[in-house]
Amino acid sequence: MNFKFTDEQMMIRDIAEAFLAQTSTSAAVRQAMSTELGYDLQLWRRICDEMCWQGMHIPEAYGGLGLGYVELVATLEQMGRYLCCSPFYASVCLAANALLVAGTEDQKLTYLPQIAVGKTATLAYTGESGGWDSNSVKVTYQKQGDSYRLNGSYRFVPDGHSAEILVLAARDQDTQGDEGISLFVVPANTPGIRREWLPTMDQTRRQGQLQLDDLVLNSDAVMGDVGQSWAQLEQILDLGRIAVAAEQLGGSQQCLDSTVAYISERVQFGRSIASYQSVKHKCADMMVKVEASRSAVYYAACVGDQFFNQTSDAVGLAEAASIAKAYSSEGFFHNAGVGIQLHGGVGITSEYDIQLYFKRAKSTETFLGAADYHRERLATLLLDTQVAL
Amino acid sequence: MKLDFSPEDELFREEIASWLAANLCGKFDSIRGRGGPGDQHMFIDERKAWEQKLYQGGWTCIGWAPEYGGRGATIEQQVIFNEEYARAQGPGRAGHIGETLVGPTLIAFGDQEQKDRYLPEILRGEAFWCQGYSEPGAGSDLANVKTSAKFDDTNQQWQINGQKVWTSLARESDYCFVIARTDSKSVGHRGLGFFLVPIDQPGVTVRPIEQLTGTSEFNEVFFDDAHCSIDDIVGEPGDGWKVAMGLLGFERGVSTLGQQMLFQNELDEIIVLAKANGSAQNPQIRQRIAEAHIGLRIMRFNSMRVLSSKETDGSLQKEAMIYKLYWSSWHRNLGKLAMDVMGSESEVLEDGPYQLNRLQSMYLFSRADTIYGGTNQIQRNLIAERALGMPKEPRG
Repeated sequence: MNFKFTDEQMMIRDIAEAFLAQTSTSAAVRQAMSTELGYDLQLWRRICDEMCWQGMHIPEAYGGLGLGYVELVATLEQMGRYLCCSPFYASVCLAANALLVAGTEDQKLTYLPQIAVGKTATLAYTGESGGWDSNSVKVTYQKQGDSYRLNGSYRFVPDGHSAEILVLAARDQDTQGDEGISLFVVPANTPGIRREWLPTMDQTRRQGQLQLDDLVLNSDAVMGDVGQSWAQLEQILDLGRIAVAAEQLGGSQQCLDSTVAYISERVQFGRSIASYQSVKHKCADMMVKVEASRSAVYYAACVGDQFFNQTSDAVGLAEAASIAKAYSSEGFFHNAGVGIQLHGGVGITSEYDIQLYFKRAKSTETFLGAADYHRERLATLLLDTQVAL
Repeated sequence: MKLDFSPEDELFREEIASWLAANLCGKFDSIRGRGGPGDQHMFIDERKAWEQKLYQGGWTCIGWAPEYGGRGATIEQQVIFNEEYARAQGPGRAGHIGETLVGPTLIAFGDQEQKDRYLPEILRGEAFWCQGYSEPGAGSDLANVKTSAKFDDTNQQWQINGQKVWTSLARESDYCFVIARTDSKSVGHRGLGFFLVPIDQPGVTVRPIEQLTGTSEFNEVFFDDAHCSIDDIVGEPGDGWKVAMGLLGFERGVSTLGQQMLFQNELDEIIVLAKANGSAQNPQIRQRIAEAHIGLRIMRFNSMRVLSSKETDGSLQKEAMIYKLYWSSWHRNLGKLAMDVMGSESEVLEDGPYQLNRLQSMYLFSRADTIYGGTNQIQRNLIAERALGMPKEPRG
């Protein structure tokens, strides 16, 4: 047991911090926010070609660097801290994870090397209901001989309007709950897929909606066992939750740091407002949220590594992911809200960045299930099952 | 960064687990899970005997260096020990203050003669200690102690006069460590000494403080011409503050993991109760039980982080500063959750006139958690000033 970054992991973290401090500046973020694509293609090329982040945890056999989930989380924390606008999260933390968990060997060999060189990808599974459990998979498939016909619509798909590769979840008609769910992987330009940008309150990450009208796929697009994929999808989502929580941690830290910096400069009644105890106590509470979130996220990152090494089971992954997501969602929102309050009047202007974090906090809070969803998930494990946590 | 333990550590785990299974039974059955916070004054004789049993198995003071009789256990092994100890429902450690506070303090600041005199009896579970820090006028403002220590040339002894308060286990202890003013003209943290004072002497009076639970874990300790020998000052006169602060650093080490295991036992009891009385079906109770679980797991991860990156000189990094505020707030909430799970029955006592069950006692006593050892208000000041570098409070 050694619950701290190794020297190499510290280096990866420091390099990410230095790169993003230079490239993901407030001005750069605002520029990216103003485009429909939602990110700067040039920055994305630099991330792929110079930093090779998108191949970080993809095994070398599939063209990646073969590093672990801890390295990935260390990088994501910095991306969250600098609000980096990029298709990284959707491509790596959703789609690449889906391929690693559920893909056939052929699919891994086809798609992972593409993602490793910077092709964008995402995962679509939930729809109009806005839920995040198995019942929210509403798109249906009909098996016809060797092929599958998919119909229905998805919402809340990160970079759904622009990703080049899509992982899709659909259910056998007339099934519900965990039963009958299958995963498919397809190029996004396959006929039968209509996509559009879904404008969102948080402009630092794009969401799309997808409409499938008689999308016909061959059996080579099927990931895993037909109709049996909910368990794997849940694992993919848990890996995605750990990754969002890592971004939230970075955002939460930045809310604290930028607030302390601002209030240390601001003078009222002849003294720095940072010297007032009511202000200091709020900042102390923010630090508690940051450090507790850090512990939860790093623990979950280690469990992510254990999961890929097959030394942790799905329950261990689910518990770690729900803890990290529940705590970091509320921690980030708390810190962004207190951050605005302590900034005073300028906190509600568009000029100051604290409002961008406030919006990112809310969008990441609901995405893949808000804190109450994850607490109920843990309550089920604690109160309704015989599983020992 | 990794969570797995090495094969050697797993062997260590088997060793302690099987020792506990073979020894925490028979006459020790009655103290399983007892003696935690709020319950520390219970089963004292049995728990002292248990300390000696632990010693015979080589399980006291495992973190001390072998030259002092410990195992020189690694942080990992200490983590494992605490996990297995709590899993086996080991009782609250009567020797806790000696093992985790006095021992490390003497090892760091004491002279050879003090080490030879005090460490072996702590190790063997034969001498028990309590802590003489707070005074009526020195709570959060610890440096304001008024208790005095004068050197009596005739008898070649230190003579102690004054009053300490909030001293846990004073009636059950053999010694008290005391910070007292060696320079009567000094103020604040200068001019203090750190003394090792025997309790059983005419000059020391212990008076229990009845708490809101109706029981008395805390005491007042009065020193009226009490004395200790010329050799019983740790460091020099004037070094008291340095020694006292060093000791507080040791307090936040591995023992926090043992505390968490007691918390886990309490949470488990609440879960069993919720399942039995149907409140486990109440959506709000479900949210709060999950919240408590999340909070406790994160408390453990916090400790693992702090222990993994602990500086070799025992100094605290910034992350460790959130610990007291975090656990005390969590535990206070757990107390309220316990009562809400019990529902209407939470009002009804085990027996008259005022016999509380374990959860009722925990609920009431948890209100002390956010006060002793530095109130939440003081903790927030410390975090803001020391960890975040914000301006210091003006001092009168």
